[in-house]
Amino acid sequence: MITRGKKSGAADSPERRRINLTVNGQLYQLDTGKELDRVDPADTLARTLRETLGLVGTKVSCDSGACGCCTVLMEGKAILSCMTLTVECDGKSITTIEGLSDPVTRRLDPLQQAFVDHTAFQCGFCTPGIIMSAKALLQENPSPTEEEVKEGLSGNFCRCISHYQVVNAVMAASGKVR
Amino acid sequence: MAEEYRFIGKATPRKDGAEIVTGTAQFLDDIRLPGMLYAKVLRSPHAHALIKRVDKAKAEKLPGVKAVLTWEDVPDWKGGTPNATRVLDRKVRFVGDAVALVAATSERIAAEALRLIDVEYEVLPAVFDVEEALEPGAPQLYEEFPGNVVPPGAPYFGPNCLKEIVMGDVEKGFNEADVVTEGTFRYENTPNPMPPEPPGAIARWEEPNRITLWVTDQVTYRHKIYLGRVIGKEIEVRTFGNFCGSSYGSKGMSWQLQLHAALLSRATGRPVKLIFTKEEHLAAFTLRPGSRMRAKVGMTRDGTVTAVAGTWLIDTGYYSRSTQAQVAVGCGEAQIAVRCRNWNLKPTIVCTNRSVSGIVRGFGGQELKCCLIPLLSLAMQEAGVDPFEFFKKNYVKPGDGYYWRNGTWYVYRGVDYSKAMDKGAEQFRWKEKWRGWLKPTRVSGSKRTGVGVGVHGNADIGESASEAYVRLDPDGTAKLYSCLIEHGTGLPSNMVKMVAEVLQLPMDRISLIASDSLISPYEFGPAGSRGIFAIGSAVIAAAEDARRKLLDLAVPLLGTEPDHLETEDGVIFVKDHPEKRIPWEVATGPDRTCMGFGRYEADFTFANCMMSFVEVEVDMETGKTELLRVVNATDVGQVIDPPGLEGQLNGCLGSAGIDSALFEETIRDRLTGHMLNANMIDYKWRTFAELPSIENVILETPFQTHRFHAIGVGEVATAPGPTAVLMAVSNAIGVWLHSYPVTPEKILEALGKVPTGVRKGGAA
Repeated sequence: MITRGKKSGAADSPERRRINLTVNGQLYQLDTGKELDRVDPADTLARTLRETLGLVGTKVSCDSGACGCCTVLMEGKAILSCMTLTVECDGKSITTIEGLSDPVTRRLDPLQQAFVDHTAFQCGFCTPGIIMSAKALLQENPSPTEEEVKEGLSGNFCRCISHYQVVNAVMAASGKVR
Repeated sequence: MAEEYRFIGKATPRKDGAEIVTGTAQFLDDIRLPGMLYAKVLRSPHAHALIKRVDKAKAEKLPGVKAVLTWEDVPDWKGGTPNATRVLDRKVRFVGDAVALVAATSERIAAEALRLIDVEYEVLPAVFDVEEALEPGAPQLYEEFPGNVVPPGAPYFGPNCLKEIVMGDVEKGFNEADVVTEGTFRYENTPNPMPPEPPGAIARWEEPNRITLWVTDQVTYRHKIYLGRVIGKEIEVRTFGNFCGSSYGSKGMSWQLQLHAALLSRATGRPVKLIFTKEEHLAAFTLRPGSRMRAKVGMTRDGTVTAVAGTWLIDTGYYSRSTQAQVAVGCGEAQIAVRCRNWNLKPTIVCTNRSVSGIVRGFGGQELKCCLIPLLSLAMQEAGVDPFEFFKKNYVKPGDGYYWRNGTWYVYRGVDYSKAMDKGAEQFRWKEKWRGWLKPTRVSGSKRTGVGVGVHGNADIGESASEAYVRLDPDGTAKLYSCLIEHGTGLPSNMVKMVAEVLQLPMDRISLIASDSLISPYEFGPAGSRGIFAIGSAVIAAAEDARRKLLDLAVPLLGTEPDHLETEDGVIFVKDHPEKRIPWEVATGPDRTCMGFGRYEADFTFANCMMSFVEVEVDMETGKTELLRVVNATDVGQVIDPPGLEGQLNGCLGSAGIDSALFEETIRDRLTGHMLNANMIDYKWRTFAELPSIENVILETPFQTHRFHAIGVGEVATAPGPTAVLMAVSNAIGVWLHSYPVTPEKILEALGKVPTGVRKGGAA
């Protein structure tokens, strides 16, 4: 079962653990188990985000940690959600692509706006992962050099070759990111 | 000099930009239908085998499993060209061929069920090499294709489909030559276009005879037509397009998986989603065709090609869906790039026991050129001809002609690309960097740099038919009905931009209606760079038709002729008296829309052109090659969207383009046919940290295509680069390399630094 709201004090057995996961500022309490609406101990965070919580902005491409499409932020750091088990995320705070724009006004994050302004995508499938990697990079290093941007995004696959426009977008957004 | 427009040629944000950057763009796997089941495919561990027995009882009993299908449970539907490949067969023809299908309430249960299916195979001998497949006594893949030769000719291209290049008198041509060179050349690393989004489909069967299909590809309408050929017209197919996490052509090969989902839906009464894993994507989906050419060319010292003769073997894998079409287009493209009066080039399409080859950007021409240009280069070397000058001299010029895919001779009426080539050479500083054949540009310690150049272009920029509707609403908005979706090129936004320019209406007042074969008219889809000219022509015609109908309504109200009227920003006014103006709503009334229709018919008299210059650095100690710089040169008539075009040209690296000469390859075990690098760690791809410098030189010499004088060029961007890389590396190291990709071990082998033939069991 998924419940939204405050943490409950229920004691958890190993089979029936409850995972408290904050995603984009919203607390989700997820019960583990084999049933379809529960979080299987083998479920990756990518699967939980997409299939259980319906946050399908996070994309899965290789599903084995090679392409970076599934990148999300955990406590502000970029992680591969296809290589992270949900049961390991208890008490963690996750930010996905859906959580970047202003929750009330829907105004785009300056980094997202820079991607639009620079047409920093072609098919756009890898874009959510690239934006999340870039977001983590800029939070750590608000004024990176071009080389640092390329290094920071070197785990993100893009096959249309939008890399050049992505680097321009990230450079343009640097210093302006919240 | 290009004309000034309000929208055309301006950098405008993509219409779908906000959806892309917020993650709300809906790709296939993001769709959830009520009651939807998940499908998995049991795949053959053998390259060639007969299925003796399948026991699916255990799998069927697993809770959550709703259907298990084998070849015995499905209709005798056959696809391919010609139709010989069954949707599920008793025979499997490659490692990864479909054996059984499972639909279950979750992907995990479906995957678990696969393990419970017990299959007994009679293993057959397999063949992985085109020439071995042609030998007498070779294992036969199909009874229909004796000798493993797939019949030539693509039915869609008509009865005279181009099947070879035969013209003039090659003997006479060789006699006129100053130099004659020959040899066997291969482009057989079968790289994978590898779009990030895996192939897939969602199907919903509705009794008694209707399939609704959500596809992930750029040719929404054509899937409906192709499935009709496979399953018969008594079953109605409706296709929906979605955001496509790109395809580069490859997902046009989805009929089998689409029908797998449809059959599971029929068996369960519920919608079924089938999405390939990345391993399936790499090992059991579209690769580039293998290409092997044994040929001879004659050339005079001024770089005139006097004759080309030989055989071209095309390895299509376990069946052909489009390979005949790729042969036809490749043969046409060879004539566009190489002016020659005497040809005798005979292709043969061969099937082998590996995953399928088919539609990929560069469509046949890249595969042909990757063999032909190295052969021509040997002749250029002997004749002392500079390759840049050779390509410039031999590329099609106004008044020249070529046999195109339907076997008809066309006289080219586009622009002379010499100017674009010269500009590219100047930007690259070709004259300064070119030191002659097999001569490095620079030597510094163990590092040597070398340069190369390649060229490609096609006449498919005007191929096939397109139709569109444009509807004008009283509130001053417009809707474009077309079976287009966004697959990376920005084409939907570009089409909206053309409508905006015709109607002088801001782009945000124009929407593209969902890609739905039931609602929108026929659309061949973006392929062969046809978007800007062919699709654009239909869209422009529809917008003009709608505009005409609108202005006709305003005539009695403004008391003048339609020719004297103009519309801008949803207002109609008299050109000479702009104060006489009415909003659209006054002309239409509140209860009328104006629907325009546009249609485009094929025109093969224009061709695009892309010339790519590359500079590489080779470490003579380690054999590692680094791509330092790429300069692309083209002429597009009129740029529609500058950043979009820039992205398309930068695409020369990816989707099995330039990098297919540097490090991309599908590696198979030669004994078993198993793909050994079916994951994104072992299959190499270029990262952000390894970007070469790319400069795109884009000229705008108006073409007489449509009112914006533009042509498309995106599809061909990948094609000139691989041969340029081979040339540049050979020049850098001073030894000819004729094998793709130029891995460090091949370079060290060519330099005599490691013994030859160290690589056993590598790529077939």
